[in-house]
Amino acid sequence: METLAPWVLIALLLAGWEIACRALHVAPYLLPPPSQVAAALIANLATLLSAAWRTLAVAIVALIIASLIAQALAMLVALSSILDRAIRPLASVIQVTPVVAIAPLFLIWAGIDHPERALVALAVVVAFFPIFSGAVAGLKSADPDLERLFALYGASRWQTVTRLRLPSAVPFLLEGHKVGAGLAIIGAVVAEFGAGSGGVRGLAWQILDAGNKLQTDRMIAALAALGVMGVALHGLLARAELAGLRWWRGR
Amino acid sequence: MSVAALRAVEVDYARGPALGPFSLEIEAGEIVSLVGPSGCGKSTALRLLAGLEAPSRGQVLRTPGRGETAVVFQAPTLAPWLSARANVALPLELAGTARAAAGVRAREALARVGLAGAEAARPAQLSGGMAMRVSLARALVTEPRLMLLDEPFAALDEITRRALADDVLRLWAGLRPAIVFVTHNVEEAVYMASRVVVMTAGPGRLAGDFPVEGPAPRPAGFRTTPGFRRSVEAVSHALARGMAEGARP
Repeated sequence: METLAPWVLIALLLAGWEIACRALHVAPYLLPPPSQVAAALIANLATLLSAAWRTLAVAIVALIIASLIAQALAMLVALSSILDRAIRPLASVIQVTPVVAIAPLFLIWAGIDHPERALVALAVVVAFFPIFSGAVAGLKSADPDLERLFALYGASRWQTVTRLRLPSAVPFLLEGHKVGAGLAIIGAVVAEFGAGSGGVRGLAWQILDAGNKLQTDRMIAALAALGVMGVALHGLLARAELAGLRWWRGR
Repeated sequence: MSVAALRAVEVDYARGPALGPFSLEIEAGEIVSLVGPSGCGKSTALRLLAGLEAPSRGQVLRTPGRGETAVVFQAPTLAPWLSARANVALPLELAGTARAAAGVRAREALARVGLAGAEAARPAQLSGGMAMRVSLARALVTEPRLMLLDEPFAALDEITRRALADDVLRLWAGLRPAIVFVTHNVEEAVYMASRVVVMTAGPGRLAGDFPVEGPAPRPAGFRTTPGFRRSVEAVSHALARGMAEGARP
């Protein structure tokens, strides 16, 4: 019953939307009824799927790059207080800068032939921060009594990092990657909007293109595809995080 | 022969003086209970003996070398991502023992604390008492000359803590390390030790030093003997006096 609740609400909202559109004779370019959106979705399914895959591919590549950079920097920050002071403010600047604001610059750098590089770079910028801050917090999260034991047994700095701090950071890294992956998708979509028609023809481009042609039904279909992709990815990552935590804790 | 000693040590923290002046001599192979009211600096004294902290004034003398001191905390303090056996093997591996040899000795240490068969379990799968036994096995695996136990049974139920107290005494009889046992439970302090040192309220000073007669490990019914009751009375009395003394401005 509880698991059905959101589906019932969605069905009710769709039914209300359909009835309202038909009863009030709303112009289809303003708001098409869900049945028309569904038809557009089926008609454009192949295009939408390949567009979704392009957006997703940008996000995945960005997530991998962001993960590597963020973890490497977090190690430096955790090991040296001077580097901590140097790197942290810059990381915050990256966090507060809106992607749309830097998108034009990145597109110029990437050049007209390789807009996908700019998209990946922009998504990296967005996905970087949660992974970085999670890794920094995680590397400092070790049980202080375990740190004392390591000191008591004369552990080297290297042993303390590899055998205590890194494993202690695992739950924080899992959480950081879950949040970072969601942001990578958002970053990829926003960057596509910034790139406009010259960009990778992903879901954002589908939305822009449909809007330019006043094909509102195709636009909403693309939005729905984006929503489904986001929910599916989030569910997948939440499960991955849970599985990772189980493995880490042994149950 | 003295294993470790505090000579007129004082420790000041940012919030004020925490300990001392306080002196304590630990002889090889003896079990000393350290009792005192909360906040008197018992745990601080223990960290000084472990060499994990330096005094603000006074002297700390330690003879055990690297790996010859073991500490057991109030919480089991196990690494959740490691099996019981890997947790116990950790001190040996940190000191450079090969993984296989460390694993064999960890298995033996777990068997000694009654956890044969639980080698592969993770800390989250163990009860509080079992996790504390793993922690004891980790302390024993390096065959230390000085064992420092910081209220190790405080979080356990009465039955489990009595069983663990007997286990510690039985294990002590094998290796004969010097043990400093911090607790705020007077009966437990007397039961465990050949000597009970009482501290005043913080900053802790010496309020009394009482020898405890009787064989170790303790025979059944030891808690009902007149000697045990007399020691408990004497320690309780000193503790009450020490609390009053500490409370005076």
